[in-house]
Amino acid sequence: MATAMQTAEGRDLQEILERYPNAGRDALIPILQDLQDVFGYLSRDMIARVGAHLHLPVSKIYGVATFYNQFRFAALGKYHIQVCRGTACHVKGSAGVLDDIRRLLTLEPGETSRDGLFSLEVVACIGACGLAPVIRVNDEFYAEMTTSKIERVFKTLKKEAESHD
Amino acid sequence: MVNIVIDNKPCEVPAGSTIYEAARSVGITIPTLCHMEGLTPTGACRICVVEVEGAPGLVPSCSFPVSEGMKITTHSPRVLLARKTIVELLLANHPDDCLYCIRNNDCRLQDLAADLGVRRRRYTGARNRFKVDVSSPSVIRDPEKCILCGKCVRVCEEVQQVSAIDFIGRGSSTHIGTAFDEGLNLSSCINCGQCILVCPTGALHEHDHLKEVVNALNDPERMVVVQHAPSVSVTIGEEFGLAPGTDCDGIMVAALRRLGFDRVFDTSFSADLTIMEEGSELVHRIQNGGKLPMLTSCSPGWIKFAEQYYPDFLDNISSCKSPQQMMGAIIKSYFAEKTGIDPDKIYSVSIMPCTAKKFEAGRKEMLHESYADVDAVLTTRELARLIRMRGLDMKALEPEGADTPFGERTTAGKIFGASGGVMEAALRSAYFLITGKNLDNLEVKAVRGLEGCKEAHVKIGELELGVAVASGLKNAAALLDQVRNGRSDLHFIEIMTCPGGCIAGGGQPLSTDLNAITQRMQSLYAIDAGETVRASHENESIKRLYEEYLGSPLSKKSHHLLHTHYSSREVML
Repeated sequence: MATAMQTAEGRDLQEILERYPNAGRDALIPILQDLQDVFGYLSRDMIARVGAHLHLPVSKIYGVATFYNQFRFAALGKYHIQVCRGTACHVKGSAGVLDDIRRLLTLEPGETSRDGLFSLEVVACIGACGLAPVIRVNDEFYAEMTTSKIERVFKTLKKEAESHD
Repeated sequence: MVNIVIDNKPCEVPAGSTIYEAARSVGITIPTLCHMEGLTPTGACRICVVEVEGAPGLVPSCSFPVSEGMKITTHSPRVLLARKTIVELLLANHPDDCLYCIRNNDCRLQDLAADLGVRRRRYTGARNRFKVDVSSPSVIRDPEKCILCGKCVRVCEEVQQVSAIDFIGRGSSTHIGTAFDEGLNLSSCINCGQCILVCPTGALHEHDHLKEVVNALNDPERMVVVQHAPSVSVTIGEEFGLAPGTDCDGIMVAALRRLGFDRVFDTSFSADLTIMEEGSELVHRIQNGGKLPMLTSCSPGWIKFAEQYYPDFLDNISSCKSPQQMMGAIIKSYFAEKTGIDPDKIYSVSIMPCTAKKFEAGRKEMLHESYADVDAVLTTRELARLIRMRGLDMKALEPEGADTPFGERTTAGKIFGASGGVMEAALRSAYFLITGKNLDNLEVKAVRGLEGCKEAHVKIGELELGVAVASGLKNAAALLDQVRNGRSDLHFIEIMTCPGGCIAGGGQPLSTDLNAITQRMQSLYAIDAGETVRASHENESIKRLYEEYLGSPLSKKSHHLLHTHYSSREVML
């Protein structure tokens, strides 16, 4: 823990916890939200530190955090993919889109690929029903997805990432 | 008191009781899968629903308080249909492999399905698929059989103050697991097995060692030695339909011989040995300004708890190994030398009321040169399975005595099985060690009973010894917090992981029924009252062991074989 404290990450974490002095379990969700805002996800270490701060067992915190869809446990990838599973997209075949992405990237929702390039998230309606089935990569929307379109999108993104390196 | 009507019968019940409790008090049993006496009701399973006149829907009786004039129907057609539907829905997400299940014929879900007349599958569909968590040396968890009643979560939190597990996720993907789903072995789980005792289904069971033991028994090259813990003889009978508390000591010894064990020893003997070492250690600490209060070290769940939550107390914990490990150590040293058998050829088995003993036997501190002190640990339940597998009739066996040299015990060792027993046994011998005389009255009633925390002050010569006994780790933690905050009148504290001590251990016959546990306890004290050798220092075999081998308590040899030290443990708390 001492090493974590010396990093910038450790300092940010400490700073967030200090916003909630003598806090009880009612501060749990606000703290987790603050952490996710800053770091983009909740790590094992962060949860352990929150537990120590609030005198709560980590199993309880993990239980609460997994109850809500908003919390992630892996850092976001360079390309964060959101697959819309709202009603309109569902009717237009978003289950197949999700399956294609899982297969192509060998990634499950909530996970981040080992190279840190892609992370996958399932979301409810993102309000672009006219584009169904739709996915969003970072701030870019991709409309009327099909298997071949998905393959093309990822090929482009991978190439783009390589040229950046 | 309030007046209510249950099933058309007017009755008077205590105000503030729940409908479930009120019904029970007038002889009506409402079925439930998630209710636990003494713990917070959650109304999770909905099996206990009843009809209350005027209420819009069915109400969960386990968490609904009675009120004046309430009219309740506990088994109306509407209620029965609701219960049956709930069970059918639970079964729709259940593996349905009762024939292969460890809890076949001893399962509350199975019972309910039968009682409610579930005889065909009404709902089918996709089931949840989860991996079995086999990571723990003590407790196996199969989330597919879990019905999410939450009893294990509550017992882990409210009785043991460990909270190794909780509900993870939500909706249809909800399951119970450890933080980050990392598996019990990496978690703060202390292996006590209380969760197994309360589980209504086969979702939790002990890590089975029967196969290894049966293989050893069938190996002609091996000498298979067994020891049985003090509490096992008064609980094993329940597995064969005998009344709780029936002492089956001699019959169990006979059964162990029929099973093929070459020597049958009694862990109560090494409990006596523990008292000699631990009593001497206490006297040594008191007379030489050692760290006080001294804490007992017999209960391996408590030891892991201390390593995780109270590392500042590790030096207070007696350096004595537990009776199981002491017996294991002297079997592979003194006994091996005396009988001229290569310790590598000895396979040492223990029968324990405890799942944490499986963890303890595998600890690195318990390895002696190249081998483990104890090779396999069976719970009381596993022994019963082994006996049934061999078709032994417990009612037809003639009682037999345990083998020398470790079969002779005093009743001080025997009462180790109940909370307060170690303390009482230790006081009997510590008094003798300090004054050279025996206590006038050997029975220290103040430390007996099933209360979570008991205290006494005992005068030994000039010294007033402050002692306390805690069982259930929540109670132990409360006591330790007092000591942390400066309480200084205590010299010696006994801590048992399971509430009530080993008689209610996680390896015992599946029941948390307070009556059964009381019977088990009374049986141990009846054995104590009925015999003449009641103090460990009067055990002739113990005296011989010291004369021939160990020298004296706390000798170099004793330290080498019978003592150890623990260090703090890094886990996610």
